[in-house]
Amino acid sequence: MSPTLTDAHQAASDPSDGLAVLEQRGSTAETFGIPLAVLAELTHRCPLQCPYCSNPIELDRGGSELTTEEWKKVLAELAEIGVLQIHFSGGEPTARKDLVELVQHASDVGLYSNLITSAVLLTREKLSALADAGLCHVQISFQGNEPVVADRVAGLKNAHARKLEVAKWVRELDMPLTVNAVMHRQNLHQLPDIIQMAVDLDADRLEVANVQYYGWALKNRAALMPTMQQIEETSRLVEQAQARLKGVLAIDYVVPDYYALRPKKCMGGWGRQFFNISPAGKILPCHAAETITGLEFLSVRSNHSIAWIWQNSEAFNRYRGTGWMPEPCQSCAFKEVDFGGCRCQAFALTGDAGNTDPACTLSPMHEQIFRMAETEAAGNNSRFIYRNFSGGTLETGGEHGA
Amino acid sequence: MAASRNISVSEASRPVLPRHAKLKFDETRQRWVILAPERVLAPDEIAVEVLQLCDGVRSVGQIVDQLAEKYAAERGAIATDVVAMLQDLADKGFLTEAREKTS
Repeated sequence: MSPTLTDAHQAASDPSDGLAVLEQRGSTAETFGIPLAVLAELTHRCPLQCPYCSNPIELDRGGSELTTEEWKKVLAELAEIGVLQIHFSGGEPTARKDLVELVQHASDVGLYSNLITSAVLLTREKLSALADAGLCHVQISFQGNEPVVADRVAGLKNAHARKLEVAKWVRELDMPLTVNAVMHRQNLHQLPDIIQMAVDLDADRLEVANVQYYGWALKNRAALMPTMQQIEETSRLVEQAQARLKGVLAIDYVVPDYYALRPKKCMGGWGRQFFNISPAGKILPCHAAETITGLEFLSVRSNHSIAWIWQNSEAFNRYRGTGWMPEPCQSCAFKEVDFGGCRCQAFALTGDAGNTDPACTLSPMHEQIFRMAETEAAGNNSRFIYRNFSGGTLETGGEHGA
Repeated sequence: MAASRNISVSEASRPVLPRHAKLKFDETRQRWVILAPERVLAPDEIAVEVLQLCDGVRSVGQIVDQLAEKYAAERGAIATDVVAMLQDLADKGFLTEAREKTS
């Protein structure tokens, strides 16, 4: 007898520690079961204005959002087809007045629910109601470890102080807490303090996520791109902290792929193990997919089921597996390791989502992109373009944050 | 809350899955899963049997006794495997210990 646990989300694990990976079990590029987890972007409305927001530049207006009844129907359908977890995200999901009702419905249909939030709109009473409705886990984004940097990045006064307060309530209510720290040139110097903040908040997990550059972040790349030295220091700090805090704080690390040699396995491969639902009900292969023009994404409001859209829609099948790949991907030994990287990044940087992700050293564009990143990182353009519904507002100094 | 961190699993531990780690049979995939924050773990049959015995009342030692008897297997080997699996789960933050009632 040798009891083992299999992890369904990790990209790799060491079988000698009694763990293996469900996703690799009999899995090939051409098989795609219903995802284990789905991201529900309830709204694009948000009190924060972070310049690296992962939402598209063209935000869904409040009036186009799915209604409470539509979301409830979606949740029931997801559970029925085999989805196990729902991530309530946004925008800011707590901006939806029906969030408690939706969490309760997720619990009723058997979904495990995660809340991905900026936390600034939460009261203790609201959080307690969410816990009672069966919320299983809270992830709070932090923009720094202290208000001067954090409130400036968020573009909202007192945001940092409120986040700290809400994080404490999460633990008082005995819910697990993940601290999500999005890192870039202007806050990477705070990383040691951010790690300590996560420990002090009694978080279970810390995500050190370097900004990924599409959508709003691409617009702000010159102000956000870290230097190579910063990245090397960050990797060293994260490795040290991971060893030091084993069993206390789990740390997940996302490197900025501009400085990587090989591209990230974005979304685990297009249409392989993940989809998200936009506020207006579109089923998307990733939260940035709408940045790719020329693809038609079907909605839960269409006359197709969610499972049909996932399995059969043209947009999901366009870049699924490896058959679509051009060279140098097609003959590459790593094609089923990284699936050619990120389609949105390929589109944003080369104009064709079907090209090799320029983050890969084998891409003919790689050298040029890397040099541009280095130049931007060394530059002194540190002004943000804040995310909003009018296409962004340039930082003017003094009026944002603390 | 800090008491739930850094659990060292021994035969005296009385482990239990915390509220945020749910052991559930997945009808679609016809297998047991543990649902945890932003993760899905898939325990094998024996791990499931161990976890179903983790009720916060039984000690690890009692669980090992029960399994050794059921499978007529060598107790020491079972103890090693069970403790290793539970420690692994504890290190990931998905196992807690029953708290002493101090009231």
